[in-house]
Amino acid sequence: MTATVPTAAALALGDDALVLSHRLGEWAGHAPVLEEEVALANIALDLLGQARVLLSLVGDEDELAYLREERAFRNVQLVEQPNGDFAHTIARQLYFSTYQRLLYGRLAAAGGDGEGGTLTGLAGKAVKEVAYHQDHAEQWTLRLGDGTAESHERMSRACTALWRFTGELFQPVEGLDVDWRELESDWLASVSAVLERATLTVPDGPRTGAWSAGAGRQGLHTESFGRMLAEMQHLHRSHPGASW
Amino acid sequence: MTGTADMTVLEEELSRLAGSVPDPELPVLTLEELGVLRGVRVLAPGRVTVELTPTYTGCPAVEAMSSDIERVLRDHGVADVSVVTVLSPAWSTDDISAEGRRKLAEFGIAPPRHQGTSATGSGPVPVTLAIRCPHCGSTETELLSRFSSTACKALRRCTACREPFDHFKEL
Repeated sequence: MTATVPTAAALALGDDALVLSHRLGEWAGHAPVLEEEVALANIALDLLGQARVLLSLVGDEDELAYLREERAFRNVQLVEQPNGDFAHTIARQLYFSTYQRLLYGRLAAAGGDGEGGTLTGLAGKAVKEVAYHQDHAEQWTLRLGDGTAESHERMSRACTALWRFTGELFQPVEGLDVDWRELESDWLASVSAVLERATLTVPDGPRTGAWSAGAGRQGLHTESFGRMLAEMQHLHRSHPGASW
Repeated sequence: MTGTADMTVLEEELSRLAGSVPDPELPVLTLEELGVLRGVRVLAPGRVTVELTPTYTGCPAVEAMSSDIERVLRDHGVADVSVVTVLSPAWSTDDISAEGRRKLAEFGIAPPRHQGTSATGSGPVPVTLAIRCPHCGSTETELLSRFSSTACKALRRCTACREPFDHFKEL
């Protein structure tokens, strides 16, 4: 049993989970129906659990979450995008949960840190939870895409708006032995199939090379991320060591 | 995972004690019935490690479970108890015992269906097989939400008796 922790990978995947968890948590009190409020909060909780395990591999989870500056975060830019309307949140969920499930599935099978490693164990556990996140996103994509003219239009707009952030998902993460090209083509096939069933057009815009998209793993983030962090970190920074 | 074969008499006894702790969120079930206890090891006299696996990675009940186990074993005279969380092999709803399933249904929660060996997360989420209403026993039930009061449950409604109920979803 080897257990060398690929720190850069744990940080990247941990930040993805943490940031998306926080974004989903912002829906609390605002979701369209109570069931969705509960669903999004539960998905956020799953992601927070993953983030805690992953960030603890790197260092102190609270310090990493609450005391790092924006440039030190290694999450992809997709997960930091504002919630927008419900369709935007669902499009972000569809793109990300599909990616996360495919990635975790590979890590669980191949072992990011060897058999018995924590990252491998986490991936094997989380992939089962993420299957429900993906299912949730797919069902909503179908319902909104193949729904009313208004819901179709808004779902279509959301899928297009977030499309340019999806190329970054397949930038190789240091320390992970994954065939990223194959991961990308599997992702594309899966997402395209859902969009088509939802009577939506697969966006044809660029997925890489578009301005501002694709440097989250290097610590470059989009404008709204700073504001999100300010809110997320405010309490901890104002009251260091507070407990209740 | 520690099999009972290589456990000492003391470890088996402590294991039974730890296993008898009720789940903090579903107090009708014990940790043993939930299948989250992975092993108890006596490292030295008065020093014990308990391995616990979470149902969900983010399950907030893990902390309560850990402190309950620590308290029970300390009350039994073990001075130094440490509970460690293990993730692998991942917990599955198939780990819930038959008695645990019976108690869940009695408590008003439809128990998870058996998945066999396909619980790898690679197949589609199984949601279409009949789930029985824990109140009236009808199999005519519908899904209201994939996520209910906790991440491990889905919210359903019985179309026969009209009562909503939680379903411990397969994982």
